[in-house]
Amino acid sequence: MNRFLLPLGIFAVLVGFLAIGLTLNPREVPSPLINKPLPSFKLAQLEQPGLEFSQKDMLGQVWLLNVWASWCVSCRDEHPVLVELARNRVVPVVGLNYKDKPQEAKAWLKQFGNPYVLSVTDLDGRVGIDYGVYGVPETFVIDRTGVIRYKQIGPVTKESLEGKILPLIRQLQKS
Amino acid sequence: MRALFAVFLLVLAPLCARANEAVPTELDRVQQKRAVELSEHLRCLVCQNQTIADSNAELAQDLRRQVREQIAQGRSDADIVAFMVQRYGDFVLYKPPVKATTLLLWFGPPALLLLGIFALLRNVRQRNKRTAAVPLTDAEHSRARVLLQDGDLPRTGDAIGGSAEKGRT
Repeated sequence: MNRFLLPLGIFAVLVGFLAIGLTLNPREVPSPLINKPLPSFKLAQLEQPGLEFSQKDMLGQVWLLNVWASWCVSCRDEHPVLVELARNRVVPVVGLNYKDKPQEAKAWLKQFGNPYVLSVTDLDGRVGIDYGVYGVPETFVIDRTGVIRYKQIGPVTKESLEGKILPLIRQLQKS
Repeated sequence: MRALFAVFLLVLAPLCARANEAVPTELDRVQQKRAVELSEHLRCLVCQNQTIADSNAELAQDLRRQVREQIAQGRSDADIVAFMVQRYGDFVLYKPPVKATTLLLWFGPPALLLLGIFALLRNVRQRNKRTAAVPLTDAEHSRARVLLQDGDLPRTGDAIGGSAEKGRT
């Protein structure tokens, strides 16, 4: 009896590890930028290329930075959620238009609606690298002092908005 | 002959144009080697089982460009690796650093190996003890002696020997 107990125990432990492994998403790499100050940037705005925008301009507000592109397919899934969010005026959303052609980006916003207070153009993706972007869309929740509090990898969904992002925003807005 | 040479050059011309596209930053041979080596130790986050040297994802291309640029700026390998880790976390490293959260990763397999060797040794030793501990009876002793001398067993019963003989013929 004892002879079988040990292999059985090892097997059970292995099954346990594999079961946990199945529930994890290897695509979601935790960002080392959480609870760190925003990397600084100064980029031209999409609608008014003559004007620049820097992350400092948002100091004192809780805001979202949403990385998007017109070539990005899952951005289309996410977009209605952002438009809805903007309509409720809960939180300002700034768009980081990542490695996109400004013309196509503008046309895309015209077609699907523009939830952003403004978008900045990261033409060669350098700011994206500073923000550790590796898949579009990504969304950062930023507090009043300019510290990243949360990063959503992949599209913002109704569930992730209700379950995680909005509660966090309310909590940050109170403090 | 001269005309032929001119045609030859004309044919080659587009190749030069394409070569310029692919090389964004000028590096000397040593720097070039460093860039390749560094790229082979950094993971592409898009296609996660490839290095940024292997991958052709756009992000990998951008990160390769970063590596080359920073080498051209004279930054050290450690600086460049720190730059990547600061942005993408330890996950970009194919060789993760030893720290509290990676102890199991680093020392788990050797620990399992040691455990296996230990279990094997114990098992073998116990088996040796078990076989050595059983003494032969007098009857077995005499049977062994007969076997060693004649190379043939005295028949203890007809049934056993008989059936074996029959089987052969």
